[in-house]
Amino acid sequence: MLQASGLTKEFKGFVAVNNVDLTVERGTIHALIGPNGAGKTTFFNLLTKFLQPTSGKIIYDGKDITSKSSADIARLGLVRSFQISAVFDDLTVLENVRIAMQRRRGDSYDFWRSEAVLGQYDDEARGYVESVGLGDFINHRAAELSYGRKRALEIATTLSLEPDMLLLDEPMAGMGQEDVERISALIKRISEGRTILMVEHNLSVVANLSDRITVLARGEVLAEGDYDTVSKSPEVIEAYIGAGHD
Amino acid sequence: MSTNENTNTATPAMNRSVGMPGHMKIIFVVLLAVLIALPFMVYPVFAMKVMCFALFACAFNLLLGFGGLLSFGHAAYFGMASYVCAHAAKVWGLTPELAILAGTVTAALLGLLIGSLAIRRQGIYFAMVTLAFAQMVYFFALQAEFTGGEDGIQTVPRNDLLGLFPMGDDIVFYFFVLFVTFGGILFIYRITHSPFGQVLKAIRENEPRAISLGYHVNRYKLTVFVLSATFAGLAGATKSQVFHLASLTDVHWSMSGEVVLMTLLGGMGTVLGPIVGAVIVVTMQNYLAYLGAWVTVIQGCIFVIGVLMFREGIIGVLSKIFKKPL
Ligand SMILES: Nc1ncnc2c1ncn2[C@@H]1O[C@H](COP(=O)(O)OP(=O)(O)OP(=O)(O)O)[C@@H](O)[C@H]1O
Ligand SMILES: [Mg+2]
Repeated sequence: MLQASGLTKEFKGFVAVNNVDLTVERGTIHALIGPNGAGKTTFFNLLTKFLQPTSGKIIYDGKDITSKSSADIARLGLVRSFQISAVFDDLTVLENVRIAMQRRRGDSYDFWRSEAVLGQYDDEARGYVESVGLGDFINHRAAELSYGRKRALEIATTLSLEPDMLLLDEPMAGMGQEDVERISALIKRISEGRTILMVEHNLSVVANLSDRITVLARGEVLAEGDYDTVSKSPEVIEAYIGAGHD
Repeated sequence: MSTNENTNTATPAMNRSVGMPGHMKIIFVVLLAVLIALPFMVYPVFAMKVMCFALFACAFNLLLGFGGLLSFGHAAYFGMASYVCAHAAKVWGLTPELAILAGTVTAALLGLLIGSLAIRRQGIYFAMVTLAFAQMVYFFALQAEFTGGEDGIQTVPRNDLLGLFPMGDDIVFYFFVLFVTFGGILFIYRITHSPFGQVLKAIRENEPRAISLGYHVNRYKLTVFVLSATFAGLAGATKSQVFHLASLTDVHWSMSGEVVLMTLLGGMGTVLGPIVGAVIVVTMQNYLAYLGAWVTVIQGCIFVIGVLMFREGIIGVLSKIFKKPL
């Protein structure tokens, strides 16, 4: 589904992502883990062109997307979320989701039309909002939500685009145990017929959800395999202890 | 905040988003009634001036408050439209509606040109680019033949509206200006409450997220820039017909500053803020005119005090108090 080859990003002499090859199989949940500063977010930024790769090539669904723009990549069905919660604070929960669904109209340049036309998405949007447990907050401004709920809203928004592939950057960071369980279940459910690449520090979540795991450290791939293989790899244990993590 | 007071209960709640909310309808109707009575209570020319600036400020607010883009060069569109409209009425003998249209289209094209170069820059760099281009427009106005240099274009005639109705009487012309400016303000309201306006708000709130959802944000920014320039032009063109004059004041950087002042004082991102800001600033200039240069100083002080005391502007504060978008 997604294939990155030789992906590299240098920041003024510092190599944040170094010659990374990664293949994500269609229909799987693939986890990307690694100590802080390993380059996971940078790697996501490269895949979605929020950063321009220094070198390397990205193939998505058989198409070379290396030279496409971020917005066009999203339109191809490869949608990312952000490590820090990314909601539209001044919009309501419903409007947040609707903004994504509105994309189905094509481009919304029709400034002369009333926003009432967006009402057609309300019912479906409400479904997404309820699926992440935010039904009670549907008409609240996103700014009023707690951090965990903002993350849930972000996932609902992403899902409403019905993307073929999701890149989730620490979707559960900052959530309480209850939310983590709900969102895990949700990710499991939406992974039907979708491909997911996800960065996550919570190893029990990773163990539970992912079909395959890639470990990144100092910008390089350290190990790859299923949970048992990876967790027993001496390099991985070394890297995590070396970085003072867990 | 309790959660069971949400409107997502029994009623198919979403008719809430159909059309204008009730309180805005009432405000606009009252405003219209006041404006209809206004020329019989104050000098019509003064009333028309206020309305032109109200439209100008609303156009500016469309860009700043809803597009999140701070332009320091809006005098360029206001002023160039004013010149072209005056030229069209005086030299080409165009009727008011066509002369104003000519000025407005000029502003739109100028907005397209400057906007497409400026939107690639962010924040303060964006503001600086718009200012730089506005200064170029100023020097063009100073040097060009048709603008009349220091003198401007004077004794601009008001030809018959549609070639039929004489517009010499200020009260009569007032109602044409009312139609144009009020219509313009309503149209801007519609823009901010359209599907396009929703995307715009999203971009203002979180640009990377809007990109990640697949929106080509630069195209939206350019569109709102051109729209804003167009309505600023409509205001400038109309003003030159009101005063029979287009002059360097209209393209001067202080005009760009004034519209920022009006918008921030009234409350950026609000519907009524720019209108209130324009009323206050224009009224002040009018009644304190005898103080000469001191007006600027007083304006500056009011601005500083205003911004320090209520950062959201007058309407921003009221809207918080009444818990309603105003
Ligand atoms: N724009 C940038 N300019 C310079 N250096 C950067 C930039 N972005 C990231 N880096 C550096 O690249 C390295 C990798 O950062 P990145 O955010 O990708 O790590 P990460 O694996 O996502 O870490 P975390 O688990 O903390 O989120 C870090 O050392 C960071 O300081
Ligand atoms: Mg990260």
